[in-house]
Amino acid sequence: MSESIRADLVEVNYDDLIPNNVDLSNDRRLKKALEEWQPNYIDWWKDMGPEGFQESEVYLRTAVGVDPQGWAVFDHVKMPEYRWGILLAPKEEGRKINFGKHKGEPAWQEVPAEYRSLLRRLIVIQGDTEPASVEQQRYLGKTAPSLYDMRNLFQVNVEEGRHLWAMVYLLQKYFGKEGRQDAEDLLQRRSGDEDRPRLLGAFNEETPDWLSFFMFTYFTDRDGKMQLAALAESGFDPLSRTCRFMLTEEAHHMFVGESGVSRVVEKTCQAMNDAGITDPYDIEAVRKLGVIDLPTIQKKLNFHVSVTEDLFGAEVSTNGASAFEAGLKGRFEETKIDDDHQLHDATFDVWRVVDGQIVQETEPALNAVNARLVYDYINDAAGGVKRWNKLIKKMGIDFDLKMPHMGFNRRIGEFAESFITPEGEIVDEATWTAKEFDYLPNEADLLFLKELMQPEYRQGEYATWIAAPKVGINSKPGDFEYVKIYGSSN
Amino acid sequence: MIDFQTSPQDYKHWKLDFDGPVAYLTMDVNAEATLKPGYELKMNSYDLGVDIELYDAVQRLRFEHPEIKSVVMRSGKDRIFCAGANIRMLGKSSHAHKVNFCKFTNETRNSIEDASEHSHQRYISAVNGTAAGGGYELALATDYIMLIDDGSATVSLPEVPLLAVLPGTGGLTRVVDKRKVRRDRADIFCSIEEGARGQRAVDWRLVDESIKGSIFEEEVAKRAHAFAADSDRPSDAKGVTFTPLNRKIDGDRVQYDLIDIEINRSGRVATVTLKAPTDAAPADLAGAHAQGADFWPLALCRQFDDALLHLRTNETEIGTVIFKTSGNGSLIEAYEKLLEDNADDWLMREIILYWKRTLKRVDMTSRTLVTLIEPGSCFVGILAELIFAADRSYMLDGQIEGDDTPEAKIKLSAFNFAMMPMSNDLTRLETRFLGEPETVERVKAMIGQEINGAEANKLGLVTDAYDDIDWEEDVRLFLEERVGYSPDALTGMEANLRFAGPETMETKIFGRLTAWQNWIFQRPNAVADDGALKLYGTGTRPSYDFNRV
Repeated sequence: MSESIRADLVEVNYDDLIPNNVDLSNDRRLKKALEEWQPNYIDWWKDMGPEGFQESEVYLRTAVGVDPQGWAVFDHVKMPEYRWGILLAPKEEGRKINFGKHKGEPAWQEVPAEYRSLLRRLIVIQGDTEPASVEQQRYLGKTAPSLYDMRNLFQVNVEEGRHLWAMVYLLQKYFGKEGRQDAEDLLQRRSGDEDRPRLLGAFNEETPDWLSFFMFTYFTDRDGKMQLAALAESGFDPLSRTCRFMLTEEAHHMFVGESGVSRVVEKTCQAMNDAGITDPYDIEAVRKLGVIDLPTIQKKLNFHVSVTEDLFGAEVSTNGASAFEAGLKGRFEETKIDDDHQLHDATFDVWRVVDGQIVQETEPALNAVNARLVYDYINDAAGGVKRWNKLIKKMGIDFDLKMPHMGFNRRIGEFAESFITPEGEIVDEATWTAKEFDYLPNEADLLFLKELMQPEYRQGEYATWIAAPKVGINSKPGDFEYVKIYGSSN
Repeated sequence: MIDFQTSPQDYKHWKLDFDGPVAYLTMDVNAEATLKPGYELKMNSYDLGVDIELYDAVQRLRFEHPEIKSVVMRSGKDRIFCAGANIRMLGKSSHAHKVNFCKFTNETRNSIEDASEHSHQRYISAVNGTAAGGGYELALATDYIMLIDDGSATVSLPEVPLLAVLPGTGGLTRVVDKRKVRRDRADIFCSIEEGARGQRAVDWRLVDESIKGSIFEEEVAKRAHAFAADSDRPSDAKGVTFTPLNRKIDGDRVQYDLIDIEINRSGRVATVTLKAPTDAAPADLAGAHAQGADFWPLALCRQFDDALLHLRTNETEIGTVIFKTSGNGSLIEAYEKLLEDNADDWLMREIILYWKRTLKRVDMTSRTLVTLIEPGSCFVGILAELIFAADRSYMLDGQIEGDDTPEAKIKLSAFNFAMMPMSNDLTRLETRFLGEPETVERVKAMIGQEINGAEANKLGLVTDAYDDIDWEEDVRLFLEERVGYSPDALTGMEANLRFAGPETMETKIFGRLTAWQNWIFQRPNAVADDGALKLYGTGTRPSYDFNRV
């Protein structure tokens, strides 16, 4: 692909084995560490990356610049030959620490010794999620509804791979031998593996079908966006710069999710209209049309939202407070918040269950930074749901997708011990369990989805259950050969 | 700055007299000559200055006076042997000073016991009057206690009833462990102000003899000469004069002939580099004697001892000490061979014992100890002990790019096995490999072989080995992480981890007595304005918080 990268665009050094804008060729130590890690990464990718398409040529976007427009080139490339590298947002001269105890001090260019282990833990946890999602999605290529979607899946996958690189860069550059061990461990854990699972629960869940993939990229990658945004505020400048660049890539993933769900919804409504079905709950009739009924979409949504909310950790958390106080992890859009950014006397109202009621209680704001982040997330995520509902309404179907109540199906935090319906009603365990599969997909739903999802590899063709996209990638037409499957051992 | 160097012509508090094989070490404290203002050293009470002279005298008696076979510790004051550490001084001192003071006095008392036991220069105390608290502890450090029977002279440990602290120089431990006083009798003895005298003191084994005043001096001399007769120290050998150390302190740099100290104040780290000899070892024992204080192992040990004391006392904010070595390690073996082959020669024996004590001082140093083994270093034999004395040791594996200095090697010798026991009576390697004694045997078979970084790491001789790419960064990361931690927690952690294995009287004194004492020194019952140490001598009774902790 190198000949396709126009020389005048390049600010990333592609001459090195590892593309980078961190002057890798003059950093012997880092270079050695990364060059030792790279073959293991490639092995991991071949072992755990997209199954069956390693030899296919995929029309991928490769970043060649790190400004907000994200200069990039597109070309067909075999995924194991993708140019993963180390890309950081440009350094802002004179950047300061914007919150916590060290507010106003110059941002750190080296890890402050007293926060080394805290920072290392934050980076390892963030880093662990990146390869996990690739692992979760590795079989999806086999049921891709189109070459366009397959290409988007692989684009998301290679970029999650690159995000792993970004975290590995920080570990290897700033945390010595221990950091290198952490980097190695990131390749050893496996999503869903009983003996060496990924660190966070949601990343050990299956992504069994494409509806899950779209829900995941919309809802769970949005958690990624919130976490990266909070880390982009970090007083540790290299982490901030790394995360700022990752955010530009994360946006595309959420686009894949939002437009994916949207196209599923559109096709369902279209098929219902064509068949004259007005009752969205006539599930059997709708399914016979070869599309996904709206209540099943709602169940999937309930599942993905609830497990993703767990990723934010306990709403009231001393770890969260420590990371904020230390200036390592801020709040969402920290610098746009109008307060003192230190929170010593500030309070924050946290939702919780008290005496069988869901109420707000006041907590020290410092301890409630996780609560704030998950509430911000819920607001942020609601936007896409609104747009999907607009589409449903426009198509004339009487149905609303809803964000489940934040207490629904939670394993972590304030609601972990309670049984709460998606509407936010507290019920007893027996009641909840009896209705569990009204809320969440049951075996039959999953089986239906599994059978529905047959691959569609013909150029310009789309599976029965999903509409064609409005526009192609990089202004290419819908029937463009986004993935040249030949040569794959599919 | 507190200077640990002195010599007999400068003593303010002690006097040395010689009678053939017997030396008299007379304590006659000059009350005005205090280390700091604000107190008077009445009644032969002492401060650190008095103890620095005592340490110097004990050292010189061993090295400068091979003909001295027994030493009588006595008082120059009438009816007072020694009143112990000065209470006003303790009341005015910072906690850190009290702790350092106690540690040094303990080490000095241990060195007195070491002289009796291993140098065959036995110490006797001639207790001519009151020996209270630290005064009695001084007597306890000697091999034989003779108490005058004049109806008033007593030995006592009145710290608990009078001062609400403990006898801090090994008193409690030595009463039950060394003198084997029954525990309930010891309990009585340690909780009454007046102590014990006469026959009861003998019956309870608090002293060895109680002697009428009229014959006291005569009996002491007789006993001292009898002890001397049993010693193997030579009568006709020439001692080694302890010439003043050539030490230059220049800002953050302290230089001796064979040691460099570089202090990084912002990093709170001191790097201590010990240098190999530049000349080949003398051909024979006579040559070693002729070199005297310039004989490399002795010269280096004296400088190292002083350097440790200096850092401990005068650089309390420097929390981490890095040990390095430099020079031609191949010359060291011949020096060690002279020592090892002539271990029954009085001087060689003294040098070995001095290294043993000095390495124990390293073990007792409340700083994070790190040994860095780099190309150009000479961790051979006795210097390799610093690898095992350290809390962490890192070795540079291979050469540094662009530098043709050969890769670093470690070479073990007999000094790493049996000759340099720690206070737990195990060698540092035995302590290190407590869970894998077979490793000790394995590395013992490697005496004299060069061990490079990769091998040393594999054997477990070092914490880790890094190549030149990682070296600087990983060492820096460790040091930065370390200096961020609480110095108190580090001191406690390190002291707990350094002394695996059995307990001895020494480990009990440092690990149990001192730890408790340091706790008590912080408690309001002792040091608050209405605490016992502060009110001592004012006539006001202290008020205690009676909650047991």
